Amino acid sequence: MSTAETPTEMPLCEQAPGENPICENPVEQFLRTDRMPHIWCPGCGIGTTVNCFARALLKTGLDLRKVVVVSGIGCTGRVAGYVKLDSFHTTHGRAIPFATGLKLANPELTVVVYSGDGDLTSIGGNHLIHAARRNLDLKVICVNNLTYSMTGGQAAATTPEDSITTTSPYGAFEPAMNIPHLVAAAGATFVARWTTFHVAQTMKAMQRMLTRRGFSFLEVISPCPTLYQRRNQMGDGLDTMKHYKEVSVSNNNANLAEIGMTKSGQITVGNFLEIERPDYLEAMRAQLRNRLQERYIEVGGAPCQN
Amino acid sequence: MPELASRREVAAAPDAVERELTEIRVAGFGGQGVILAAQILGKAAAIFDGVHATMTQNFGPEARGGACSAQLIVARHPVLYPYVTKADILVAMSQEAFGKFVPELKQGGLLLVERDLVRIQQDLPERVRTYGVPATRIAEKLGKRVVQNIVMLGFFGAVTEVVSRKAMEQAVLSSVPASMAALNKDALQAGYEVGRACLESRLPASECDQIPEYAAWLD
Amino acid sequence: MHADPTGVLTGTHFLNGDQACCEGALAGGARFSAGYPITPSTEIVERFSKRIPTIGGVFIQMEDELAASIAIQGAVWAGAKAFTVTSGPGFSLMMEHIGLAAMTETPCVFVDVQRGGPSTGLPTLPAQGDMMQARFGSHGDYPCIALCPSSPQECFTLMVRAMNLAEEFRTPVFLMMDEVVGHMTERVQIPPAETIAVTPRKLTDKAPGEFRPYEDSEDLVPPMAHAGEGYQFHVTGLTHDERGYPSMTPATQAKLIRRLREKITRGMDRITQVEEDNVDGAEVVVVSYGITMRVAQRAIKLARAEGIAVGGMRLVTVWPFPEERIHALAGRVRALVIPELNMGQVALEVERCARGATQVIPVPHAGATVHDPQQILDAIRKGAGR
Repeated sequence: MSTAETPTEMPLCEQAPGENPICENPVEQFLRTDRMPHIWCPGCGIGTTVNCFARALLKTGLDLRKVVVVSGIGCTGRVAGYVKLDSFHTTHGRAIPFATGLKLANPELTVVVYSGDGDLTSIGGNHLIHAARRNLDLKVICVNNLTYSMTGGQAAATTPEDSITTTSPYGAFEPAMNIPHLVAAAGATFVARWTTFHVAQTMKAMQRMLTRRGFSFLEVISPCPTLYQRRNQMGDGLDTMKHYKEVSVSNNNANLAEIGMTKSGQITVGNFLEIERPDYLEAMRAQLRNRLQERYIEVGGAPCQN
Repeated sequence: MPELASRREVAAAPDAVERELTEIRVAGFGGQGVILAAQILGKAAAIFDGVHATMTQNFGPEARGGACSAQLIVARHPVLYPYVTKADILVAMSQEAFGKFVPELKQGGLLLVERDLVRIQQDLPERVRTYGVPATRIAEKLGKRVVQNIVMLGFFGAVTEVVSRKAMEQAVLSSVPASMAALNKDALQAGYEVGRACLESRLPASECDQIPEYAAWLD
Repeated sequence: MHADPTGVLTGTHFLNGDQACCEGALAGGARFSAGYPITPSTEIVERFSKRIPTIGGVFIQMEDELAASIAIQGAVWAGAKAFTVTSGPGFSLMMEHIGLAAMTETPCVFVDVQRGGPSTGLPTLPAQGDMMQARFGSHGDYPCIALCPSSPQECFTLMVRAMNLAEEFRTPVFLMMDEVVGHMTERVQIPPAETIAVTPRKLTDKAPGEFRPYEDSEDLVPPMAHAGEGYQFHVTGLTHDERGYPSMTPATQAKLIRRLREKITRGMDRITQVEEDNVDGAEVVVVSYGITMRVAQRAIKLARAEGIAVGGMRLVTVWPFPEERIHALAGRVRALVIPELNMGQVALEVERCARGATQVIPVPHAGATVHDPQQILDAIRKGAGR
């Protein structure tokens, strides 16, 4: 069982002489404050993940001008709109292929795909599989709240059996998709799952993803108190944190075939997988250089201007 | 500009508004190099002779063995209608291709066949002149069966005058890998020689084996 | 500015329309393409995948057309010029991202080598049945530019033009080919790079912090920034304000949708390309586009041989529709004849623009081959009252 810890490396409240003494949130520098308030409900876990993401970014010391966030559609899809980075809010399910074009046309960019479970695994499931297979250097953060929230709480591919949703009013009976198992099988080279209770671990996993190369996937189990928890009598956001704490078992060596989500059973969390193999661009360059020798012109970081 | 020989006899064609054009159908089975042959012919006309040529190919779902054909229109003016309406020349490299396309051959048109693969069993349109060449056998004797299409092109060049000899050679050499240039040149040459011998003998196709230059390839 | 010589295959070639289109894309500056195989368009990206590694750029074969049509947009925002190619069934899948490109004003080119439809239809045989789909296929109101080549040479020339128009107007541009043009092989002249005009991307000269991605500009085409340059801008398919931020108000929607439309309307003179042949004094004018234009010309020649005063109007750009040109023409002729390889799509536009001033005679064709010139000749005779 893991416990949460709040990172303390973050500067908390620094006040220069003569400045407004109001304490600013250190994460604020990563946010488009002119877009606040955000649309997320009280108790929603998405904001927690964004907080972790901002802190992870800060820790990596990456040049923020070169970090891009791409989202699809849905509640998590709105992340792109709130982070003060080059950010793209694309179409439903297609954040990964958009990110593919960005990365290949300018390999200097650190490309983060930040989206929800419905977006990434259902309508965008095919793209998820193929990006993992290619080991494309994308950092995919999937906030899994087990339902379609933006549209009012319908059953998703990730909804655990027996859960009540607006389109499974008598309880879902399709098995929920086991996302870490899927992406690992498809060829991802980093796979982790945490919950919004595990903020330190989530942040560390994000930090690792941001600094390594290859297809990296993080699933963050997150509450939707308004639509999922309420309909399933699971309490509010705080109750869900208690539940996560109670049922989470951290096991980096878990058998991924056995970690599918159930309605109230154990949630296996951990950094399950990290392996090295050439990413898409490395493989492409090696192959073309081998075949074409000096005739191959490698695409550099500088985008063509016209 | 080469003389468009085959057009001379079809001045009364229904598409008189577009005189000075030659409609050619090249057909065989997949793997015989039918499309490449039509492409080389078109290239010879359009690039090296400086006239106009439009080539279209007919696709079937099968990559090998199925019927396969290409259409080529060669003209002094830009080609408008891209397809063969009545063929001035039919190059048939298989029995199936012959049977399928001989009905579209114009009266007084030219029929060129791979003599070992096509038996002329049905009536031809009136005044059609037929020439046959053992293209596959010649190609095999030269060392590689794949150049059968180039032998056929040489034969075509000799009996039709649609494109100049020089253009044909340039088109062949710019379309094949450099390592295969000599073999293709020989294939083209052999086709031309057999074709010229047939033409000069004035013998019907069925009696061409009597010509020494022709017979030499048959044993 | 002119084309980068690295991508220009200057010389005289014997190419099919698909191959020529690829050369046009390269000459026009495309350095990224994403595709998914579909007959009869595949030869375009087959050639691109072979050529691009020695020029400097990327081709990626995606998992489907949805992916291909948005991967190119990612590449555009990273700084590349990009295009994708497809045919009917794939074009249907790309509709969502055509809307995205129009909404986010992402310059890119979609090539549709039209085949017989609907559904799987005729994979290897021609049609011009996607003309209205290009215009209205994605949901919502958006403008579009569509060009129709009628020869391999034009596949080259008009692909360069499509790439340029996409940049000039920051909009998706369609090159509406058809199976005949795509698979037809003819002589293609590719001029020297220094004679090929290429439109550079309109980039902002403002500093980060001052840049507003969708701000008003005189020509209604806002300058862009690329990702990774420090602008930290936001792009969304939601209705957005000048900052690029979502804003769901009637005022924002009206301003954005009107500007998207107006930027094309205002550029009509620079976009519209129409060729006329003996239109003055004609009793009947045949209005055609793409491969059908060539077949129509044969019919026109036959009609002239019968003494009918017949002219031709060929639409090189079908969208935006040359409304005023058609209207002006309608007032001067006895009939307009519209042959097309569909059951009457552009004919509807002609009828609308003629506003009852003349007789409009469609010559529909279900596809699988081109018209028999005789069918068009019969319509010309009918229009001339013979």
